[in-house]
Amino acid sequence: MQPVIELRGAVALLGRFPALAGVDLAVAPGEIVLVQGPNGAGKSTLLRLCAGLLPLRGGEGRVLGADLRRAARDVRRRVGYLGHRTGLYEELSVHDNLQFWARASGADDADAQRAMAAFGLDGRLRDVEVARLSAGQRRRVALAALVARRPELWLLDEPHAALDHDTRDLVDRLVLEAAAAGATVLLATHEHERADAMAQRTVTLVGGVVTSDTAVPATEASRVP
Amino acid sequence: MFRDVALVAGKDLRIEWRSRVGINQIGPFAVLVLVLFAFALDPDRGVLAKATPGLYWIAVLLCGLLAIQRAFAVEVADGATDALRLSGIEPAALFLGKTLAVAAQLLVLAALLLVGVAVLYSATLGGWPLLMATVVSASVGIAGAGTLYGVLAAGLRVRETLLPLLLLPVLAPVLIGATRAFEAALAGTPADGWPWFGWLAVFAVIYLVAGAALFGPLLEEA
Amino acid sequence: MTAPATSDAELAPAPAAGADGGPRGTGSTATRALGAVVLAGAAALAGLGLFGTPEDVVQGALVRLLYIHPQAATTAYIGCFLTTVGSGVYLWRRSVWWDLVALASAEIGALFTALALITGSLWGRPAWGTYWVWDARLTSTAMLMLLLLGYLALRKLPGDTDVRARQAAVLGLLLLPNVILVRQSVVWWRTLHQLPTLDVTGTNISGLQLFTMMLGFAVFAVLFVWLLMHRFRVAWLERQRDEVLVDEAIRARVAEGSGR
Repeated sequence: MQPVIELRGAVALLGRFPALAGVDLAVAPGEIVLVQGPNGAGKSTLLRLCAGLLPLRGGEGRVLGADLRRAARDVRRRVGYLGHRTGLYEELSVHDNLQFWARASGADDADAQRAMAAFGLDGRLRDVEVARLSAGQRRRVALAALVARRPELWLLDEPHAALDHDTRDLVDRLVLEAAAAGATVLLATHEHERADAMAQRTVTLVGGVVTSDTAVPATEASRVP
Repeated sequence: MFRDVALVAGKDLRIEWRSRVGINQIGPFAVLVLVLFAFALDPDRGVLAKATPGLYWIAVLLCGLLAIQRAFAVEVADGATDALRLSGIEPAALFLGKTLAVAAQLLVLAALLLVGVAVLYSATLGGWPLLMATVVSASVGIAGAGTLYGVLAAGLRVRETLLPLLLLPVLAPVLIGATRAFEAALAGTPADGWPWFGWLAVFAVIYLVAGAALFGPLLEEA
Repeated sequence: MTAPATSDAELAPAPAAGADGGPRGTGSTATRALGAVVLAGAAALAGLGLFGTPEDVVQGALVRLLYIHPQAATTAYIGCFLTTVGSGVYLWRRSVWWDLVALASAEIGALFTALALITGSLWGRPAWGTYWVWDARLTSTAMLMLLLLGYLALRKLPGDTDVRARQAAVLGLLLLPNVILVRQSVVWWRTLHQLPTLDVTGTNISGLQLFTMMLGFAVFAVLFVWLLMHRFRVAWLERQRDEVLVDEAIRARVAEGSGR
């Protein structure tokens, strides 16, 4: 089967700094892959590159069958990416944000409605402005917007950050459901115990290159020097 | 395409309606500019009356600049630009949607400033068909050029200082044309002003086409 | 999106061409020859312009500005035109070579625009009694200067090379249309006021004066090409240095990852 992510010697620059210095990675459909590594190893850059948000400056890269150099726009509209910033409009309510992003992504209002219900946003929070939400609540809205898109590839950068325990469980359950339905998940998180329950594979990045790629749980992989 | 234009324009206008930055800040600023002109140019010596069309359009330009910066401030605040790039919206639709929203705000500001010059400068407004046509075509031209240069500057740290330098020289033809058309309308000789309206319409069309074509490469940024 | 393609490197005026086909220095036989022509031409132009040609009956010594002012202005507009062409080709083919041509010609265009403005004002002081009048040509040349300064301000900002090149290319592509729009509107507006303009067609030009004027155009054209080649090569070498630095950074980063 054709890999969902296929990187060979991928280089990505932040300014002139090579955040990724030659990454080789192949991810098959339906896989849940944990990306780990110290701060500054290039985890976030790897996810942004796979989302088509950063240009490929060296090597080869294909995501969902599309060339990252030539067809980054096709990649972008098919992935679901959650970064450090939520991409929400502070002035708009939770409902208006989700409705806009669902429509902008070609999903319909029913998708937005379902995602809102899944994250418990259809009650008291529905008409609250995003500016008045806590950091964790914002990330819930951003995750709901991602789920509403029904992406083929999930790229989650620290999805558990700022979330309460129940919402973390919810994220894990949604990720497992999506993978069971055929979606592929690339996950960067420091919550190794949580990742163990989901990921079958751990990729370790150090200094912008892959230093280990194993089928062992994250908690064990992190103990390997 | 058309649906996406409406979606983006509706979103921007809703944000402006909710935040009321336009009503609470840009509108009063527009009136303030008119008052400052009166301080600088003695109202009793007739300078103000003679210069009314030019002062009016300078005020529109300054307010337009604020509206354009505001239109992109809401996009970069929490990384919505990335989210827009990840959505399926065509760059051309995004450009036209944002242009439409800015143009709509400019029309409201232009109307407010018309009342302002009528009251504060005792301008006798006349030649309404020409006046209206000029306001509409100039607003679309300012919004189109402003949105194109606005997205160019949006990702930069120096956007607040760079945008006026890039945009205002480009808008010089609009200032010249709209002022001449207004002079003709207020002087009761609209026939002299209609060619300038044509000129403004040409400018607007050029920038709508250029913006729709060039928005894509500008969004492809890191 | 990619490093300079080989086709670009082949296109580069390659005198002391390196292994990669790009220039290794900014001087070459061609530029030295051009430089010699410019120097000889400038000497001839100065001699003829200042001493060889007579004063004008009406304008006196002022007429001597005729040998450099229109030439500077024309060269400035050629630079502006070349920037737009280079920007367009860059957006179309993503050719680094044309991106750098656009940059170099914008900088040199700004230089000649400044020269045209200064010589125009110097002419205006005795002719009009003031350094500045809102003459259509003078005003639109000043607007060209401001548009070029905006373009160069953007180019000087630090950041990702390709992103900046793309933004500059959009500005550059719109440069000539903007200049034309501004110029047209200023001309239509100012002609209503019947102001005098720095117009040389009314002056009687004798054979030698005409020759000197034409010599001026030739000298300025060669000067433009000469400066452009040097400036282009500086930019090209800067690009190559950046690539070397990035390659070194990549090696350093890989070393950091594999065992340190």
